[in-house]
Amino acid sequence: MLERAPSQGTKHDTSALRPVAFRGAGFMPGGGRVSGWIALALVIALWQLAGSAGWVNPLFLPPPSAIAVAIYKLAISGTLWQHVLASVVRIGSGWLIGTVLGVIVGFAIGLSTLARGVGITFISALFPIPKIALLPLLILWLGIGEEPKIATIALGVFFSTAISVYSGVDAVPRNLIRMAQSFNVPVHAIVAKVVWPGALPSILAGFRITASVALLLVVSAEMIGAQFGIGAFVLQAGNLMQTDQLLAGVVILSLFGLAVGKAINVLEARLLHWR
Amino acid sequence: MDLIADHISHRFGALEVLDKVSFTVASGEVVAIVGPSGCGKSTLLSILGGLLRPSEGGAELRGAPPADSLNPLTFVFQDFALLPWCTVEANVEFPLVHTGLGITERRAVVDDALRRTGLSDFRGAYPKQLSGGMRQRVGIARALAVRPAILLMDEPLSALDSQTRELLMEDFIRLLADGAMGAVYVTHNLEEAVRLADRVVVLSRRPGRVREVVTIPMTRDERGGSDARGKLLTLQDQLWSLIRDEAIDAEREVQHA
Repeated sequence: MLERAPSQGTKHDTSALRPVAFRGAGFMPGGGRVSGWIALALVIALWQLAGSAGWVNPLFLPPPSAIAVAIYKLAISGTLWQHVLASVVRIGSGWLIGTVLGVIVGFAIGLSTLARGVGITFISALFPIPKIALLPLLILWLGIGEEPKIATIALGVFFSTAISVYSGVDAVPRNLIRMAQSFNVPVHAIVAKVVWPGALPSILAGFRITASVALLLVVSAEMIGAQFGIGAFVLQAGNLMQTDQLLAGVVILSLFGLAVGKAINVLEARLLHWR
Repeated sequence: MDLIADHISHRFGALEVLDKVSFTVASGEVVAIVGPSGCGKSTLLSILGGLLRPSEGGAELRGAPPADSLNPLTFVFQDFALLPWCTVEANVEFPLVHTGLGITERRAVVDDALRRTGLSDFRGAYPKQLSGGMRQRVGIARALAVRPAILLMDEPLSALDSQTRELLMEDFIRLLADGAMGAVYVTHNLEEAVRLADRVVVLSRRPGRVREVVTIPMTRDERGGSDARGKLLTLQDQLWSLIRDEAIDAEREVQHA
């Protein structure tokens, strides 16, 4: 029979009691989405006020309303879509080619000793090169059409993708692979059902980076040699001192970046729901 | 089907881990492997299960596995080794997908394994939603699904709290009761060893050698009785006296490393 211990929870002398000081606050930043939107609205309002009140020269910094009007006019005239479409096609093609090749090479490096030896050597040597510096060479090799621009984007995307993929493959817990081997699961199924989903968080994080790289490279490439595209449009507007149109182009680029980021968020929420 | 450790030696570079370890696990027999930390227990189990190639000697099988066994030597891992992106059901089904079983048969096998491990109500849950004990139950259900001849268990309870350990130990005793399945049970817990095993292989400190093979002179049914408790404690003490000094040396070695 267990004996019950006497309860000691009663407060005998309340006069000497004082609360334990709370020391666990902070170091847990939350989402803060509302404050972010408020801050953005405040900056835009201040910017608008500075323009309307004549505090800044609209030639150098047109107010947000002027930029909105410029975007509206460009959209109505169809010019905007012409430039956006040209950039989207280049980014889409370059990103897709670079990503497919990067995933293949990344997996090969992650899974094969020979591919790792060869691949890491080349990637280490070539990754630091600013890819836009290769555009003139690519123009010499591929001509002055779309190919060199797409190839520049593909090159930039390829290296970052390959690195994030093989890092992801390396990060897959080996015990999961050994578990699959212990059940005689074939190699191709281990790659498809263990390595691929295990590496996916790193691959998707890489997509976020390569989307920015692709955007950066398409603008740079279009500034060097293109008639259409957001980069070409921004450069042209700058040359003509049409700062409202220049900033309209910048806003479009920002919106494009946001849209891609959002798409990757959706992809992560769908594919990585188990985390 | 018997599993034979035949003069297994293993080295990791210059580090000698196992030295000519030999013993036999007969069909339906449960053999526990105990020894000081770092004596190569888990390495030995990996070699026995074909996940590690030994430097010398080898693991051999004698006799045919049961006709319905899909994976005669099946591991239950210390860290559960569950696929975090798969539900409980998909984790249990994972080793069956490439066995040639049809979907209906696979579902029946999974249902049976989940029922035997009390997981039927958790089939749609993900590992992160489960407690440690439940995760290990998934690991056990996955192992049972392939109808093993011999379970290779690598400290399957060491990551769990004491209450969960007790519950799962009762499950192991129940699952191994009919003698249809044998097991090699690696543990540092001598109580688990004497409660579950038919024989206990005591390894010396590194390089691990078979120091003693202790037979538990009771059936597992008998060990559940209150009068058996004293005998089991005596056995536990005997095992501890065999490894105590070496365990202290191994501990000091770890501290100085």
